[in-house]
Amino acid sequence: MNVLVPLPFVLPLLGAALALLARRRRTWLRVLGPLAAAGGVAASAALVAAVARDGVLAVQTGGWAAPLGITLVVDRLSALLLAVSSAVLLAIMLHAVGEGAGGLGGHEPGVFYPAYLTLTAGVCLVFLAGDLFNLFVAFEVMLASSYVLMTLTPTSERVRAGMTYTVVSLTSSILFLTSLGLTYAAAGTVNLAELSTRAADLPGATRTALALLFLVVFGIKGAIVPLHLWLPDSYPAALTKITAVFAALLTKAAVYAIIRVETLVFPRDDASWVMLVLAAGTIIVGTLGALTHDDIHRVFSFILVGHIGYMLFGVALFDVAGLTGAILYLVHHIVVQATLFLASDLIQGLTGETSLHRLGGLAGLSAFIAVLFFVPAMSVSGVPPTSGFVAKLALFQAGVGSGSVLAYAVTGVAVLGSVLTLVAMTRIWTLGFWRPRPAEAGEPPASESYTPGGVRLMRSVTAVLVVAGLLIAAFAGPLASWSRHAASDLVDRSAYRHAVLDGGAK
Amino acid sequence: MTGPGLVLVVTIAVLFAAGFDLLMQRSLIRIVIGFTLLGHGANLVLLLAGGRAGTPPLLGATGPGRMVDPFPQAMALTAIVITFGVTAFLLALAYRSRQLRGDDEVPDDVEDRRICAERRRRDEAPAATPLEEDNPGPEDGP
Repeated sequence: MNVLVPLPFVLPLLGAALALLARRRRTWLRVLGPLAAAGGVAASAALVAAVARDGVLAVQTGGWAAPLGITLVVDRLSALLLAVSSAVLLAIMLHAVGEGAGGLGGHEPGVFYPAYLTLTAGVCLVFLAGDLFNLFVAFEVMLASSYVLMTLTPTSERVRAGMTYTVVSLTSSILFLTSLGLTYAAAGTVNLAELSTRAADLPGATRTALALLFLVVFGIKGAIVPLHLWLPDSYPAALTKITAVFAALLTKAAVYAIIRVETLVFPRDDASWVMLVLAAGTIIVGTLGALTHDDIHRVFSFILVGHIGYMLFGVALFDVAGLTGAILYLVHHIVVQATLFLASDLIQGLTGETSLHRLGGLAGLSAFIAVLFFVPAMSVSGVPPTSGFVAKLALFQAGVGSGSVLAYAVTGVAVLGSVLTLVAMTRIWTLGFWRPRPAEAGEPPASESYTPGGVRLMRSVTAVLVVAGLLIAAFAGPLASWSRHAASDLVDRSAYRHAVLDGGAK
Repeated sequence: MTGPGLVLVVTIAVLFAAGFDLLMQRSLIRIVIGFTLLGHGANLVLLLAGGRAGTPPLLGATGPGRMVDPFPQAMALTAIVITFGVTAFLLALAYRSRQLRGDDEVPDDVEDRRICAERRRRDEAPAATPLEEDNPGPEDGP
């Protein structure tokens, strides 16, 4: 069963290598790309089944024993996120195939497929990594391919945004490397399971310093206020399908890293007030920013920043209920953020515009796209009966249940953030969809370059994601019980340690 | 285990300080150099994390007690490879920026898209729209 564990990232990596070889043959790429991504989905789904049956799975690659070798671990949290992420990655890959069938602007660079598949592999490796250094390498694999994707078909604006993005990510990587060195100097290991036992013996000040350093490192990568400034500035400049991947997965990988490191290595008995304050600030700044912007990609990017705050809120509570909420929120937000950006790509294909004051009358142009936008927009605002409502409800219950005054306050902020998100979404809905088309709006240029088959594929991919979001709400019961189980594993830690250090799951 | 040598610690401090200072500059070439310095600093931290100096960790050469810890060195090696690759990418980006814009400076435009759009809109259509109040641009018309 353990042979399954590396597959979610090995298969896309293999696909990336093949795609690099076949980069001049477009038809091959269009088959190979989705095939490799689908392989990752199948492996992740099998892992979910395996984890449900056997508990935590650990693999020591190359046969080196735990603290020395490269350890890959799958527990319930990793398995769930692997499955959701690889499914969303496959969906966006199919969207890209549909878009590329006509070719945006006549040509699509062949490097897209290898870079995208490497990104897929990197994201999956983040979820699998069992030691801090491996986590660092996984982030680098993911980020290095994201630098390439960010500056795909470079325009002046894209290169500028790419610079901001690259330099900020690199700074956080260097900090990550430094924190790794300091951790090794303090504890003598970077294996997460071993660290979780040794960190308890460290002096309190060292522990706190390391915990805060890692929070800063992942805070930059995950765009936590006040380290978020790079995100709304750089994400909207990339091609929309690529922004969709970034928004759906890169920041979530950082949130996953926060959950993993903070719960496994630096666990606490009470809520962390630093993280609670950061969460509240992130929610407020993100949602207020979304209200002021004109470009819908920027609005979505600020919404993304704001909603990272919700996940951080769940983690900050450091109890089973809070972590359950954070996990549910991660799953919900990966799907919904991808859907929003893909819907906006459809809008862009229809009108060639993303700027609110130039958009209008979309409801009349295509009622189908209006529905595809409306459902995730309501979901991200947390209106029942969508997945956002389920995730927010779990978080609010955790916040109220934890009993501390600060947690109550942050719950209030989170409710306010939901309302502000709803206002931001309603603004797009009213101005973009129901207002008559402004006279100054340009002619739709892009739609002619898509083939009808490509458009059909893109629309059906977005529709499938919308339905998937609704299914998350419909199957909230089993999903919540899986998340609760995953969260109690995180708090308990013994199953993880046992699987890694004692070879528990043979 | 004795403490780390002062020279190494000071070197790391200087590398980090110089690196972050260069990172704050506008020119992408300076940023690349700053990033390289920071990479060296981080690798030295990894090296220091291994503890005392010793003989090469080769089986049969010396006893395990006198060997240096090979683990941080393996990590530093991986990190060097990664920083090398990323530096190459940054240089390519600087070159592309020079091709596209004539220089390699990171321009100062946090909201450039919105402001440009706002300006274009005002130039093209002076008539007020409902968004006018929502989005006052910094460049007000005469």
